[in-house]
Amino acid sequence: MSRSNIWLWSAAVLTYAFLYIPLAIVVLYSFNDSKLNAEWVGFTLSWYKALLNNTEMLAAARNSLIIALSASFSATLLGTMAGLAIHRYKLKVLPVLVFTPVAMPEILLGVSLLLFFLQVLNLTLGMVSIIIAHTTFCIGFVAIIVRARLQGMDESIFEAARDLGASPWQTFRLVTLPLIMPAVVAGALMSFTLSIDDFVITFFTKGVGEPILPIQIYTMIKVAVTPEVNAISTLLMLLTLVMIIFAFRLEARASARTMSLDEAGK
Amino acid sequence: MALLEIRNVTRRFSNYTAVDNVSVSVKAGEFFTLLGPSGCGKTTLLRMIAGFDLPDSGQILLDGTDMVGTPPEKRPVHTVFQTYALFPHMTVADNIAFPLKMAGKTPQEIKARVGEALDSVRLPNFGSRFPHELSGGQKQRVAFARGLVNRPRLLLLDEPLGALDAKLREEMQIELINLQKELGITFVFVTHAQDEALALSHRIAVMNRGNVEQIDEPSRIYSFPRNRFVADFIGKISMMNAHVVEAAPSYLKLDVKDLGEVMAAGNAGVKVGDNGVMAIRPEQVRISHPSGEPHLKNHFLGKVHDFLYVGDVTTYIVELSNGTYIEALLPNSAPGRATFFEVGDQVGVSWRHDAGIFLND
Repeated sequence: MSRSNIWLWSAAVLTYAFLYIPLAIVVLYSFNDSKLNAEWVGFTLSWYKALLNNTEMLAAARNSLIIALSASFSATLLGTMAGLAIHRYKLKVLPVLVFTPVAMPEILLGVSLLLFFLQVLNLTLGMVSIIIAHTTFCIGFVAIIVRARLQGMDESIFEAARDLGASPWQTFRLVTLPLIMPAVVAGALMSFTLSIDDFVITFFTKGVGEPILPIQIYTMIKVAVTPEVNAISTLLMLLTLVMIIFAFRLEARASARTMSLDEAGK
Repeated sequence: MALLEIRNVTRRFSNYTAVDNVSVSVKAGEFFTLLGPSGCGKTTLLRMIAGFDLPDSGQILLDGTDMVGTPPEKRPVHTVFQTYALFPHMTVADNIAFPLKMAGKTPQEIKARVGEALDSVRLPNFGSRFPHELSGGQKQRVAFARGLVNRPRLLLLDEPLGALDAKLREEMQIELINLQKELGITFVFVTHAQDEALALSHRIAVMNRGNVEQIDEPSRIYSFPRNRFVADFIGKISMMNAHVVEAAPSYLKLDVKDLGEVMAAGNAGVKVGDNGVMAIRPEQVRISHPSGEPHLKNHFLGKVHDFLYVGDVTTYIVELSNGTYIEALLPNSAPGRATFFEVGDQVGVSWRHDAGIFLND
């Protein structure tokens, strides 16, 4: 191995270690047969069992799932439309308007949504306000993914559909939608993972009622970092990981198929 | 009555006029080509026929009905796109079935017609493949089949052979001619490749800067270009400034500055005193040793300036005594011989009295 190769490898290993060792420790201690996160005693599944008996944690998980599903559904619907609009109408201001909430500091978004809900809409904070808030910051992500997919596609495919007798609606249903579907699904999965573990915006918009998973975890570790927290974190990590991998593979496979077509056209 | 009649169509974009008051009529069963350099308006015109773009003024009549305002899906016109535009998520059979489904044909009819279409483009067993599993030529054939399967009144082809390599391109040209002949469907073909236009078309409209310069059969476009643009765009041609000194129905006598008298083909539109150019195709010019007998009317001496050997023929660029250049084509029919003349050789060039043409300024 050459000198520069060794450097490159060590840098890579260190970076990945930095990224994954903390996560690995969380996973490891979720199986540790000890109440303290200090030393390894032995393997157990008891923390996962304890989780099943923790009614408040289960309620928080259920609430978070409902929020993530509703928010990702509405964000996907609106974000897909936004992505299509940005692609079709070459208005320069449109993408800026849609993508800005993605880059905006979460705390800012949280505060402004809180004020908006309380002072403008006069809404009682709860599940509905959280769903609306999560939808807001997920729309941009979906729009970015859908638009990226459209940009890689040959525009004449859509013209061809019209040319061969399809109405605008038929063109959308039979050609556009199937072609952007991988991006739509990827956007939905992305929104789900963003929503289920969001803390800052949820914190500002949740009100006092229902327990929400990330907030619940935070409340628990304020008392003590029990292995139960490790267990719920591990489960959350697993869910997120599966969804992200799925989203990536979907996009990669779909673009591989359309790319080969684009190349032939050149 | 013409199948397609384009009447005074103009299309302006913000800073230029893409199509400028163009009128063209295409007969039923014709293979009609719009030929011109990029930016000449040929694709804009095609898109207006298909319905993807609307003229600012003028009419586009199909079978006597104005199509302007009719959306693309309602026009009995299909397009073969430069990029093929096959639907990547559908099989070949579903791609070809698409226009039939949109037209509301029964499943039995669709199945039969798709089978026929696949046979006609020699891809009988390709129905279940996806576009990304096909080669360029195969995609091209599927695109033809999809465009033709519902028997449109008119098939528009937007540089469909542009992405193919030279050999495949020639094969597809022959297939295209045969398909058109068999089905009798009217083709409007857009290309910037003049050799392709000459080989395929019944008639060609040569376009330049949004205008139609000439509409004629390929041989007439080549032999009797109406102006300098057409002469220059189609094939190779040498031009020299000339002045008409005698005009008869069967011949013209021209004066080329510092060279002398040149005889050219008669042209009714030309009168004595006109200024313009004498134009001559390289294959009409003979090149010989300077001592050779001048048995053609137009005979001049010059010197080989350069030559281009391309295998079957060699093009010699000869500098005449007045400093202008003329190209002469020599077929390499003598075996084993690479060149007949070298750069700097004194040569004679000659051409028939009716081979050159005069083009007004």
